[in-house]
Order: sequence, then C-alpha cells, then structure tokens
Amino acid sequence: MATSWLEPNVIHTFAVLLIFQTLGEGLAFAFSLPVPGPVIGMLLLFCYLVARPRAADTLAPTTLEFLKHLSLLFIPAGVGIMVHAERVAAEWLPIVVALVVSAAVSLVVTALVLKWLQK
Amino acid sequence: MTPGISKVWVYLSASPLLWLTATLLAYQAAYALYARSRFNPLVNPVAIAVALLVAILVGTRTEYTAYFEGAQFVHFLLGPATVALAIPLYQQLPKLRRNWFALLAAALVGGGAAIASAMGFAWALGASPATVLSLAPKAVTMPIAMGVAEKIGGLPSLTAVLVMITGILGAVSARWIFNLMKIEDHSVRGFALGVTSHGIGTARAFQVSEEMGAFSGLAMGLSGVLTALLLPFVLKLLGAA
Repeated sequence: MATSWLEPNVIHTFAVLLIFQTLGEGLAFAFSLPVPGPVIGMLLLFCYLVARPRAADTLAPTTLEFLKHLSLLFIPAGVGIMVHAERVAAEWLPIVVALVVSAAVSLVVTALVLKWLQK
Repeated sequence: MTPGISKVWVYLSASPLLWLTATLLAYQAAYALYARSRFNPLVNPVAIAVALLVAILVGTRTEYTAYFEGAQFVHFLLGPATVALAIPLYQQLPKLRRNWFALLAAALVGGGAAIASAMGFAWALGASPATVLSLAPKAVTMPIAMGVAEKIGGLPSLTAVLVMITGILGAVSARWIFNLMKIEDHSVRGFALGVTSHGIGTARAFQVSEEMGAFSGLAMGLSGVLTALLLPFVLKLLGAA
C-alpha cells in the first residue's frame, strides 16, 4: 500500500524517527561516543520495537516506502566526489585493488563462516 | 525591460531551489534508465545521477558548496533514514533468533575481513591515511558508512562513492563466486551478499528470491550496526584514528 504525503501516519512516523535521531545524537554528544548519533537512534528504536511490537505495524508502511528511495539520499554526498577528484586520480590503483580484493574476500569469508557454523 | 537569461541564471543558481530541483530530476532520470535496464546492477541509479550532476556542475562552473546549499535538504534525510533501518531489521528478528550465533559470527568475521583487507591493501599500495580511513567502512549501508567515516577521520563524500562501487562490485560478481565455491543455499548467498554489498546487494538478492533478499537485508543491518559500534573503538585502540 502506498502512503500519500501528509497523511497523519507519515507525519507521525517522521516525528518518531526524528525523536529517536535526536535522542541518539544527544547521547553521542553527551558521552562523546565515536558511534554516529543516527545509529544509536536506530538501536534505541529497535529496542523500543522489541518492547512494543505493535509500534512496528504503525511505523512500517511509511518507513518501508521511505527506504525504497534511500538511493536518492546518497546523491548529494556522492556529488562531493568532484572535490576529491585529484585524490582519486592520484590514488586510483590502491583504491581499485582494495575495493576488488575486499569485496571478494568478504563474499568468500562470510559464506564460508556461515556454511561452517550452520552445521 | 526583463533581465537577460544570464541574470536569471545568476539569481537562480545562488538559491537552494535550483540544485535541489536538479538533484531530484537527476535521480528520476537515472532511475528511469535503471528501470529500463530491468534493474541491472551495472546501471546503478546513484552512479548515473552523480555523474550527470557532476557534469552539469563542472560545465556551469558551479562550486560543490553552492550545489550543497540546495542538496542539503535531501542529505539531511540520511539521519532519519538510518533510524528507519530499525524497522526492516526488527522484521528480520525471527530469522536472527533462530540462528543468532552463526549469523552474528559470520557478519563479524566476514565484515572484519572486508575492512582489514581493504585497509591493508590500500595501505600497502601507498594510499594516504585519509583514503585508507575512508575505505574502512565502505561495505556498510551509506548513511552508516558516512557517519562512521566522519567519526574516524575519513572523508564522508569519498566514502559515499566507495560504498556505491563496492555495492556494484559485489552485486555483479556474487553469482560466479558462489558458483565457484559451490554454495547453493539461498540464505548463505543472501547473507554474504548483504555483508559485502549492503543495500545494492540486497536489491539484487530480492530479484533472485525472497529468501535471499530477506537474509541479505538482515546481513546489511547486522554488519552496519557492528561496524558502527566496533570500528571506531578498534581503530582508537590501535591508535590509527
């Protein structure tokens, strides 16, 4: 089911997300944690959902619709690559090797560990 | 007399409106191409939209800071989007409960191997410290990776691009690597793809099967949380950040 903008559920959901983000950012700042504030907000919301499973049903329609277009949110930061063009031109070889090797290592190691532990 | 077109351009390009609009249009155009390619991971909409916008900005001699004045409204939503990842992660909780030890261990060891190999190879081949630190969180979902990059002294926008390339690499190579390893189980394939290639891998996994997609989503959530919680502490202990 698609939710349309400015439905009460959409506003409610964003208010909840912002409350948890604010809590997360506040805790990260107060205790000078090296973990990003929104990640702490995500963990707090996760704990809240475990305690109150019904809240998940209320939040799910809007959040899942929102996360479908998560890609859009990466674009402003991605365009920032133009600022780093010189760095990338100078260091392309280590960057490419690191990316290719690490992706292969990650696929192989994760699959082997899981296969082995799953008996 | 109406002002000339160049005056209108100067006026509009100084307001946040123009680049916010351009960002949304570039995404829509890139997404239309992606849909037309039947969601081929090589036709990644973020990569296309970024390339399009960089070309326009360079062509019009616009500074990134001027662009970001407008684009920041989209960028801001990364925070609430990160918080929102709690919901799909919660929905995977039954799967996690059933096999929590194996899944946690696989995410930890696999994710750790990805980080160590990326940092190790980049360092050995002479990359600068800022580049090595920007590479460290590149396997996890972009909002978390950028937040971590900022915390450990990397460059968040470089990390954003590395995250995107990693996602594409994993999504296009996973099938033949798993075939080579003779791994058939869709839960194992999906989980490994999620640890390696975050949301881009998960989108690919859902095209193969619902089970593969669900495990990929769970893996992406777990490895994102583990990386955000552990990587900054581990680097601090090692004295690298």
